[in-house]
Amino acid sequence: MKQSPLRGILKPHIVVIWIFLLSLPVWLIAIGGYYSLVTQVLILGLAATALNFLLGFTGVLSFGHAAYFGLGAYGCGLTIKYLLPSSSLGILVGVLVGTVAAAIIGPLIVRLRGVYFAMVTIAFGQVFYFIAFRWNTVTGGDDGLGGFERQPIQLAGFSIDIAHNQMLFYYFVLLFFGLAAGAMGILLRSPLGRAQLAIRENERRARFLGLAIERHIWLAWVISCGFTSLAGALYALLNNFADPRLLYWSFSGDLVIMTVLGGMRSFWGPLLGAALFVVLRDTISSHTENWMSFIGLFFVLVVLFFPRGILGMLQRKKGA
Amino acid sequence: MTQLILFNVFNGLIIGAFYALMALGLSLILNLSGVINFSHGGFLTLGGYLAFTIEPWVGFWGALLIAPVLTAILGCVIEPLLIRRLYGRDPLYSLLLTFGLAFMFEDLTRLIWGAQGLPLTVPAALAQPLSPTLFFLTGYRLFMVAVVAAAVIALFLVLRYTRLGLRIRAGTFDLETVSVLGVNIRVLRLMNFGLGIYLAGLAGVLAAGMLGLLPTLGSSLIMPSFVAIIVGGLGSLPGTLLGGLLIGTASGLTTVFFPSASEAVIYVIMGLVLMIRPRGLLGEEGRL
Repeated sequence: MKQSPLRGILKPHIVVIWIFLLSLPVWLIAIGGYYSLVTQVLILGLAATALNFLLGFTGVLSFGHAAYFGLGAYGCGLTIKYLLPSSSLGILVGVLVGTVAAAIIGPLIVRLRGVYFAMVTIAFGQVFYFIAFRWNTVTGGDDGLGGFERQPIQLAGFSIDIAHNQMLFYYFVLLFFGLAAGAMGILLRSPLGRAQLAIRENERRARFLGLAIERHIWLAWVISCGFTSLAGALYALLNNFADPRLLYWSFSGDLVIMTVLGGMRSFWGPLLGAALFVVLRDTISSHTENWMSFIGLFFVLVVLFFPRGILGMLQRKKGA
Repeated sequence: MTQLILFNVFNGLIIGAFYALMALGLSLILNLSGVINFSHGGFLTLGGYLAFTIEPWVGFWGALLIAPVLTAILGCVIEPLLIRRLYGRDPLYSLLLTFGLAFMFEDLTRLIWGAQGLPLTVPAALAQPLSPTLFFLTGYRLFMVAVVAAAVIALFLVLRYTRLGLRIRAGTFDLETVSVLGVNIRVLRLMNFGLGIYLAGLAGVLAAGMLGLLPTLGSSLIMPSFVAIIVGGLGSLPGTLLGGLLIGTASGLTTVFFPSASEAVIYVIMGLVLMIRPRGLLGEEGRL
């Protein structure tokens, strides 16, 4: 049975999601939202969606995605600061750095599974954290990397001022989100995506069918980390800043909880999870100094009561 | 120079002994229950702070004996409430839940004892350097190595010769069969968890005596313990011990020649081990 890769992309709920995202600036201010928050949601949603490409659709438990997010952010920031003040070049370099790092580390971890995979990915991420932390002269060390600003985009003679117009920057991020989400959606419907699902459901059987498991996991890992570093690069542009804590292992936990909260088995779950997580953290940290306790408690509650995530629960109700 | 190298190697060994002590507890829990306990560092910190709190009444020696037991008791309260619900589930959930616990531990220690560093007073007899030439060999450092060694030997003796140890080892291989043979595996996992947390508490008291107390003490020690387990080989307690000592020493040696890489070097070692021997130095085949 041959399926067109476009089938399933034009479903009603996807149209609704896109109308929502595209029209957001029209009514955002009216409901009391602000641009930096929704842009942040979109970026973290992209990172969580990319993580879910591996976690939910391949069944491989990475707990170290912060490293690639951070590499994207630092790659982008360092490029703009030291090399050439260009947002597009920054993004390009950020994505390249993150993807190449993932491609190199990949062969070391593709044989590992479950808890072991999680431990190794999280531990490897720490290398980049310590590099950013220690290499003060270049990365700014503990203070983070500042001193760069996102630049207007030059396109066919026009200058698109994403640097000062927050709405334009939102659409700029949305464009990347759309391209990345579309690419991942199509990949999941391609033979690669089918192989990923087969590995998730029954690795041994997939192996007996002659599937090159390690190569497929490596590929899914690199793609996932590549899109995560894209999100990181956009994050650096959003804040005009790269923080070493983006590379730290606790941020990996944040990305995983966003994914789980929204629903790992659905494509759009992580975006929803990211929105809820960001809004929640924003609210809690503006009310109490002890927000860490509340976020920690939130992790515990999600695991105990919402392990399938919000979309997972809705789908289950519909199915029942 | 020799002095400097000796100092740093010895320092590294001590740090490695810490990592090993913490990693052994993590390993125990992981091997039997399949749970990676991110909150292990939180228990460690708590052990140190409890020692600080009870020291005025019971003295250093009393604190060294009592604080780890109190920590273990708390572990035995948390296990049935939270950890037990994770057994048999996707490891993802155990990572997330204990991750959240670690956050709560850190924040609550900060709330109760404050964010500033606190010192744990060690007996004057232990604080003296042993000789002027080997100035770095304070009694406390030697004492720490001795306590870690004693704890490790005791642990291996318990696992080797007691009924509980036998059951833990058997359960590591095949928990279902152990259960069918009439062992209450709920209790077994509880005791095992308590044992692991006891080691974390002990490591916490020792660490507090050397490094002082900070709410972030545990979270800075947890990653190296992971590396110790991976380098040593999943499922092998001697491997974990070896891994801890190895990365500690390597980190100490790097401090001499390239100080800013002293933290990163242990991850490089992990990468090398994974490249050459993916199951870890003493890991068994097929237990990935």
